[in-house]
Amino acid sequence: MIEFESVTKRYANGPDAVHDFSLTIPARKTTVLVGSSGSGKTTLLRMINRMVEPTSGVITIDGEDVRDKEAVKLRRSIGYVMQSAGLIPHHRVIDNIATVPVLNGVPRKQAREAAIALLDVVGLDRTLAQRYPSQLSGGQQQRVGVARGLAADPNILLMDEPFGAVDPIVRAELQREILRLQRDLEKTIVFVTHDIDEAFLLGDQVVILETGARIAQVGSPSQIMDNPANEFVASFIGANNGKRALSTKATESGTVLVDAQGRTQGRLVEEGP
Amino acid sequence: MTWVSNNLDLIVSLTVAHLRQSALPIILGLLLALPLGWLAFRFRRARGPILVSSGLLYTVPSLALFAILPPLLGISFLSIANLIIALTIYAVAIMVRSVADALGSIDPDVRSAAVAMGYRPWRSFWSVELPLAGPVILAGLRVAAVSTISLATVGVLIGAENLGYLFTNGLQRRIVPEVLAGVVAVMVIALVIDLVLVIAGRMLMPWAPRRPDRKSKAERAMAS
Repeated sequence: MIEFESVTKRYANGPDAVHDFSLTIPARKTTVLVGSSGSGKTTLLRMINRMVEPTSGVITIDGEDVRDKEAVKLRRSIGYVMQSAGLIPHHRVIDNIATVPVLNGVPRKQAREAAIALLDVVGLDRTLAQRYPSQLSGGQQQRVGVARGLAADPNILLMDEPFGAVDPIVRAELQREILRLQRDLEKTIVFVTHDIDEAFLLGDQVVILETGARIAQVGSPSQIMDNPANEFVASFIGANNGKRALSTKATESGTVLVDAQGRTQGRLVEEGP
Repeated sequence: MTWVSNNLDLIVSLTVAHLRQSALPIILGLLLALPLGWLAFRFRRARGPILVSSGLLYTVPSLALFAILPPLLGISFLSIANLIIALTIYAVAIMVRSVADALGSIDPDVRSAAVAMGYRPWRSFWSVELPLAGPVILAGLRVAAVSTISLATVGVLIGAENLGYLFTNGLQRRIVPEVLAGVVAVMVIALVIDLVLVIAGRMLMPWAPRRPDRKSKAERAMAS
């Protein structure tokens, strides 16, 4: 469990990037922080592994203040997956994956063997192990990024818009992969995105952020869609005008649901699941 | 051409001496440029003074430098040390900027990935930043190497025995083939050293693009 208690981050001569933010992130669930740029979501993520230090407030992991641990050791104990993969260009795929175990002092040979096994986990062919990142496609690079994040078997996985730089088809594939991995591994995932559909797809808990990381609403995707807390949330999730604003239309064979553009999106059946 | 065939021994021995006199400044120049370039990259306040003063140093004429160094350092005017130090200064002046630019050219995403993975700063510099800066540093090193080899010929004016001797001697005695032999020998060493550096670069940095037109992020995303 990760807890933010009244966390503020202020940069010199600017408004607070994060203002008085409090949140409980449950263990072994996926929490998605979603907001536009400037909502401080990446700052929040980077405060968990101390890449950014809060100006005030406390962040705890399982009750322990993150500041009580040495930053470098803390980072090695937390998986991190970033946008455009952030792979080390001059290290082969296998050594990219083995980065954190090697930093932790695991013998290189052993770390590489474990890295090969991780290729299977993230659905990559073992023949890619000896390639350099630039020889992979964007989607493959991102899978390597996920494997690298998992290599030290961390309890916590931080994901900073990991699929922001890949095309929609690959993104959908990677999203399915994360759902599958999470079913098997049950990590505490904190996922940052600006894509509300991605947030609703992946999140057990979704946190919608306004400027300065002010929480507009926290809840499960269903809770948020059932009861948007305010106008901001409603418009952010497109409840009134987008593809989620469904209305009924009677047809000869029964009632169908149409979106705001008048396109039929589904059929109304009597009993929901 | 008979002059060349009659004096092959002389040309070869001068070439060896020339290489020896050039190699040391190139290596010393690189070793000095690394920390200076790092300082210029790392500390914004140091950047201006370091880059400007190294740029100015390069504009000091070599003859003037040969005259200034001995009283400053207490060495003899007519000494190899005088030549080596002057050439080192020029090599540093060329390479400092390359090193600073090379470190600055590293993708910030890679830098922050190294932090996020838990690299300590020292290890990150040696195993992530310096290798990635390698191709741009190598480009600077190649310019410095060729320039040093060519500049070293001036050393003959302060008594250094190298290929420059063929110029002065050839001029005084009006033996054109001798001067030409000197020019060709300097060019050949410069090309050979440049080739050696390129091959060493390929071996040390097999991951580097052969040409510096790295694909943009957008292109990489499209390729997925």
